[in-house]
Amino acid sequence: MSAKNAAPVKYADAPVNKALSPEQKIKLYRDMCRIRRFELVALKHYNSGKMGGFLHLYNGQESVAVGCVSLMGENDHIITAYRDHGHALAVGMGMNECMAELFGKKTGCSKGKGGSMHFFAPDKNYWGGHGIVAGQTPLGAGLAFGVKYKGLKGCSLCFLGDGAVNQGAFHESLNLAALFDLPVVYIIENNGYSMGTSQKRSSAYPGCLAERAEGYGMKWELLNGEDIYEVRARVNEAMVRAREESKPMLLEVLTYRYYGHSVADAMHKKYRTKEEIEKREREHDPVIIFRNHLINEKVLTEKEATEIDQAASKEAEDSGEFAEQSPLPDPSEIFDDIYWEVDNGTEAGQTGRHFFND
Amino acid sequence: MRKLSYRHALREAFDEELARDPMVVLMGEEVAQYNGAYKVTEGLWKKWGDKRVIDTPISEAGFIGMGVGASMLGVRPVMELMFWSFYTVAWDQIINNAGMVRYMSGGQINCPIVVRGPANGGTNVGATHSHTPENIMAQFPGMKCVCPSNAYDAKGLMKAAIRDNDPVMFMESTKLYGEEWEVPENSELPEGELFIPLGVADVKREGTDVSLIAHGRAVLTCLKAAKILEEEHGISAEVVDLRTIRPLDEDTIFESVRKTHRAVCVDENKPFCAVSSQIAASIGLHCFDDLDAPVQRVSSLDAPAFYSPKLEELQLPYPDVIVAKVLGIC
Repeated sequence: MSAKNAAPVKYADAPVNKALSPEQKIKLYRDMCRIRRFELVALKHYNSGKMGGFLHLYNGQESVAVGCVSLMGENDHIITAYRDHGHALAVGMGMNECMAELFGKKTGCSKGKGGSMHFFAPDKNYWGGHGIVAGQTPLGAGLAFGVKYKGLKGCSLCFLGDGAVNQGAFHESLNLAALFDLPVVYIIENNGYSMGTSQKRSSAYPGCLAERAEGYGMKWELLNGEDIYEVRARVNEAMVRAREESKPMLLEVLTYRYYGHSVADAMHKKYRTKEEIEKREREHDPVIIFRNHLINEKVLTEKEATEIDQAASKEAEDSGEFAEQSPLPDPSEIFDDIYWEVDNGTEAGQTGRHFFND
Repeated sequence: MRKLSYRHALREAFDEELARDPMVVLMGEEVAQYNGAYKVTEGLWKKWGDKRVIDTPISEAGFIGMGVGASMLGVRPVMELMFWSFYTVAWDQIINNAGMVRYMSGGQINCPIVVRGPANGGTNVGATHSHTPENIMAQFPGMKCVCPSNAYDAKGLMKAAIRDNDPVMFMESTKLYGEEWEVPENSELPEGELFIPLGVADVKREGTDVSLIAHGRAVLTCLKAAKILEEEHGISAEVVDLRTIRPLDEDTIFESVRKTHRAVCVDENKPFCAVSSQIAASIGLHCFDDLDAPVQRVSSLDAPAFYSPKLEELQLPYPDVIVAKVLGIC
């Protein structure tokens, strides 16, 4: 069931895509542009030393987050790893709160306590942003457990990178999901490199990562992530199955990141060639591919597409200014958000000493 | 009053909380059909069924993480580690996910999960199965840590832990499961149920000459030492049971030390960075003028747990060691 052997399908005609109104298609394109531009502005500010920590950029993978999130209903949940900006913007988080979080500002989505790897918006069913490779995969099963336990018809989308498939937590999570029939769709965003180590050097069985699901009696699929129509068509099938039959599934989406593992990954042009990166950008860019789709479909004109991209660029630049001008967190906030009981001033929060700063 | 074993008291707490809140679920290895490796959950699967009492594979990182994920959606999972020693394979899920997600999300996410199971050595099961990790769990702000020393406390504290909105690490003691204490029926209690808030220590024995401060099974060791001190040496020892390590009821500790002017801090941790290290430091800092002697400590010996029963016994705090420490300062 490899991508090579799969019969070519016109995914634009898949029911889930045919059902899209022009406005909905334009929103998908806008969301992809917003991620692309946000990341470029973040990169600019990172390089000028305005933010600390790591910055794992999502450029090149936009079709995956936007495609998947566009399928979510009110009882569906999403969780991901440290390359989390794309999913965050796709679920509707504001650029301002996201950019401010990168700057470590009070106005950030996690009040400056999380940073690049830890964006969260539980009000949008977005459960983050997790820093330890594969550490989020049992949580993804847990979200599905929660949905099922409450008797709701929904599913959990659990994203991970290709490097995560060699972690024990991933396998334990798959086993539990299959054993307990949890409605979770695992999505491996395979961009080819686990930081600087290619799959060939990290996986004993590098042929197809999703095939590992066989060991758990779990269905799996391999899909090409460069076309958002394909992502939507095939992920939708997994989500419908999860919701209707309460069965997990493992999807592997082939994609590519234009930048290094993080911006600090200065070696990324050594473990992969300049030609490789340029070829991806030239021939397989998901934003350009979708833009061309929409122009061919006469949903957008060239000019309108450019205007959408320019608006995204302006929004991103503005978010940079918002972040720069935002205040830093106050030192008094250090002890907030540690204990629910303390934050809420309950009786339980007032008994005994919680913090030990002598 | 009736006599109730430690394990039976915990079981009552689960049963009452399962009845009170439909979001409470029990999960872990052998907790359901096998009735619990230590029979703590005996009968609960039969009564509450597959949905509420769930057997998991031996997969601690997986199922603890699954519990954390479910707790983020408002389920209140009570997760059994068959031994607390197995926290080592679920470390990332306990510390990084349950313990830190609230902070890193800027207070947006709650994890009302209880991780529980037997801790402490003394059962001749070798070094890897004899951890006493309360000092390690209490190290991380965001988590609470509970160590009951008897059946009454076990029941009341477990009910508080399950209702708590923060992740609670609940450490039972393998050797106490079969022991019995007097525990009232709910109908005998003013509020109609046994409930002990976290963060409130308890003076298990009044005394005037020295404060023995301990938690978990070490409290019982201190009570034995106090008896010897009184009968053989005419020394009156007060025994303070911390009950919870985080939050820590320092007021009760300091009040006791200000009365007795001497303190011995006892735990079953390894001595370096033990709970007793923290208690001794706090007493030194806050009660310096009240002290008539340096604060003493008794922990396990600084070696992995010996398998050979006699030698393991010597590694753990025993009454004579505590008596000797007290005689050195009284």
